Amino acid sequence: MTRIVLAKPDIDRALKRIAHEIVESQRGRGGLIFLGIPTRGVHLAKRLARLVADIEPQDVQVGTLDVTMYRDDLGIQSTRTTVATEIPATGINGSTVILVDDVLYSGRTVRAALDAITALGRPDVVRFAVLIDRGHRELPIRADFVGKNLPTSTSERVNVSVSEVDGSDEVSIA
Amino acid sequence: MRHLISTRDLSHSEAVGLLDTTIDMVDVRSRDIKKLPTLRGKTVANVFFEDSTRTRLSFEAAALGLGADVMTFTSQGSSVSKGESLKDTLQTLEAMGAEFIVLRHSNSGVASTVTNSGWVDSHIINAGDGTHEHPTQALLDAFTMRSRLLGEDARGRDLDGFSVVIVGDILHSRVTRSNVWLLRTLGAAVTLAAPKTLLPRDIDDWGVSLVSTLDDAIDQKPDVVMTLRVQKERMSSGFFPSESEFSSVWGMNVSRLRRLAPTAIVMHPGPMNRGLEISGEVADSPQSTVTEQVANGVAARMALLYTLRGESR
Repeated sequence: MTRIVLAKPDIDRALKRIAHEIVESQRGRGGLIFLGIPTRGVHLAKRLARLVADIEPQDVQVGTLDVTMYRDDLGIQSTRTTVATEIPATGINGSTVILVDDVLYSGRTVRAALDAITALGRPDVVRFAVLIDRGHRELPIRADFVGKNLPTSTSERVNVSVSEVDGSDEVSIA
Repeated sequence: MRHLISTRDLSHSEAVGLLDTTIDMVDVRSRDIKKLPTLRGKTVANVFFEDSTRTRLSFEAAALGLGADVMTFTSQGSSVSKGESLKDTLQTLEAMGAEFIVLRHSNSGVASTVTNSGWVDSHIINAGDGTHEHPTQALLDAFTMRSRLLGEDARGRDLDGFSVVIVGDILHSRVTRSNVWLLRTLGAAVTLAAPKTLLPRDIDDWGVSLVSTLDDAIDQKPDVVMTLRVQKERMSSGFFPSESEFSSVWGMNVSRLRRLAPTAIVMHPGPMNRGLEISGEVADSPQSTVTEQVANGVAARMALLYTLRGESR
């Protein structure tokens, strides 16, 4: 049984609010880099970057952060294919990095992402924005910006669709 | 995939997947911090019963680049001279913690014997067995071709529509065998150019075209010319009349290079006999990929170690 929890207008509103929260937390400081975690985090990162630049004209950069090689479940899970990591040519040193993912669950992906960032440089600040926080953390990790808190049971599946990949914007629980 | 013994064992999607992961490893190698934690706490044993510079160092760099520990065994100066068997040597290394065994041996078929024997539980990577196969060389070669010929669009693609000429000492070349199987899986057309004395007897079953001189092969305007080292150490008798005749008929020189398309590349697995199978000017030309192949070799082996790691026993 699939239940839709967020439709396109809800996702748009959530992202817009997160964009405002990011602008507010920046207090006019520049040097924002949105790093999306593949696959859907990348597209959410692009949208957030655009929204932030609309709210307050500034230099906002977007990149992709592949965390595969930093995961702690290699050898438990079957081999995942890696994806390109693309960061701005100027690097991430001294910037504010906003990590973006679609769902926050165990927190293990974020932990891997923090390690991956450390290997790329030393940002001033790293923050984490996520569309859905479904709970069940296994590590002491929290998101700075959350689209929607979604209480779930571990037997449920949360599916995030974004129009760039899946043809439509939707969050559902199955 | 638990082991890599032969490129025949790679499916199309496994092969393309390995090449794609190699792109990301090349990227890691270009960063300030060139190391990944992926194999932290794992041990890779390099077991070399035959001389090697680049393959051994390349596997070592790849293992270290993924955070693994490395043990290196070379048969020279080891207990092999006291009569220790291959089985006992490998079991000794595994008892010391090896989980990946990179094996080079002068006898064809040793790597597959080891995987079928049940002597050890480790992942086995064939790093060259006699004149049989050298699969990681084929992976780095295919990667080099794909990135030179397709550039930024390489990810996810195979080599369909490209033509590759392999020239020289085919008979003794494990590099050729591994390359032929992999290139065919990736959809490339392969032509071999060699004197008849340096062609293997079963060549008709390889699914490749044959030409009788390098000039004939050049006339077909191939995208890639892969030259091979003349393996003097494996030649007991005369396979060709003289070195100067070999280089004039089968050697890659500047006048032949000029007849190729400007986008075509010339490859050599190394170590080169400059002036024999490849002239110095060609080896140092922008169309030569010799040093690029070496750099890509580390990344390709990182991709392989990572991919094998996913398959627990």
